Amino acid sequence: MTAPDIAAPAPEPRELFRAFLIVGLSGFGGVLPFARRMLVEQRRWLGEADFNETLALCQSLPGPNIINMSIVVGSRFAGARGALAALIGLIGAPVAIVIVLGALYGRFGAVGRLPGAILGLGAAAAGLVTATVVKMAAPLLAAKPIHAVPVMALAFAGVGLLRLPLPWILLALGPVSIAAAWRMHP
Amino acid sequence: MKPFTGALGTLFARFAVLSLLAFGGANAVVPEMHRQAVEVSHWMTDADFAALFAIAQAAPGPNFMIATLVGFKAAGLAGALVATAAMCAPSCLLTYWIIKVWDRHREAHWRVAIAAGLAPLTVGLVGATAYLLIRAADRDLRLAGVTAVAGGVAYFTRLNPLWCLAAAAGLGLAGAFA
Repeated sequence: MTAPDIAAPAPEPRELFRAFLIVGLSGFGGVLPFARRMLVEQRRWLGEADFNETLALCQSLPGPNIINMSIVVGSRFAGARGALAALIGLIGAPVAIVIVLGALYGRFGAVGRLPGAILGLGAAAAGLVTATVVKMAAPLLAAKPIHAVPVMALAFAGVGLLRLPLPWILLALGPVSIAAAWRMHP
Repeated sequence: MKPFTGALGTLFARFAVLSLLAFGGANAVVPEMHRQAVEVSHWMTDADFAALFAIAQAAPGPNFMIATLVGFKAAGLAGALVATAAMCAPSCLLTYWIIKVWDRHREAHWRVAIAAGLAPLTVGLVGATAYLLIRAADRDLRLAGVTAVAGGVAYFTRLNPLWCLAAAAGLGLAGAFA
């Protein structure tokens, strides 16, 4: 694909669908790098700063970042139809694939050596998530905000160890943590 | 109301709530999904949950699809579609609505404070996800070793995570965890 020298014209819903379809299918264990390449480098629908700012917005809202990003990009260019086209493009094929995999697991998960393979997959997936947590925690700890460590520890203990319902934890810790951040960045 | 319809209604209601609580992405609500699917509703065992999470990770696409598989396990194809829709629709509608307000307040202080305040919460919640997955997956030292190696490779290298998953599945197929 040749990249134009200037920002591309606003895409139609159909183009949004196609572009996000490719992103959804190319990302294994994290779609974000592929989304950035498509949006910034290949299609030039967003500038670099635009992309970072949109990502920051998507990270402050609930829901998977990349799904929020499909909504933001789709709606900015082509309204509600654009948002829907980008969303369906992004998740349609992966959801179909994972349902097929889930059905195969239900049917053949106990056959032969497959249980061993699934045990291995589960152990590796746990390691991948652990690495993600460490990467996410590093910049927070480096910045030394007073509220970060107790909030992290309480969220972990409340949800992971005590198995309290998530809404309780968010209602208890969310306002405190946001207020602390508010005071830190006046 | 037929029991099946009841299960779909329950799935929709629970995942719609999770959708709006998923600050920092789907991995932040995995502990709550686990609590509801395994401990509250008994749709599956701890081991099933770990296996489904691994399958969702190994499949291409965004990482919310553990929800699709929990729905599938609870109520078949309809359950998968209902859980997927419920996991996406509320947060997408919120995003669609908020983007307009947000674009008008680019440098607002409250934006920075909300993002900075939610960040440590998200890390704690994803930490809980890691803990629950380790607890479910690492039944012996060999599997714990796989977790440690996969974590180390993911942390210290830029290797595509799929290689770790493929290698671990390959070891299992070869009978390493039998």
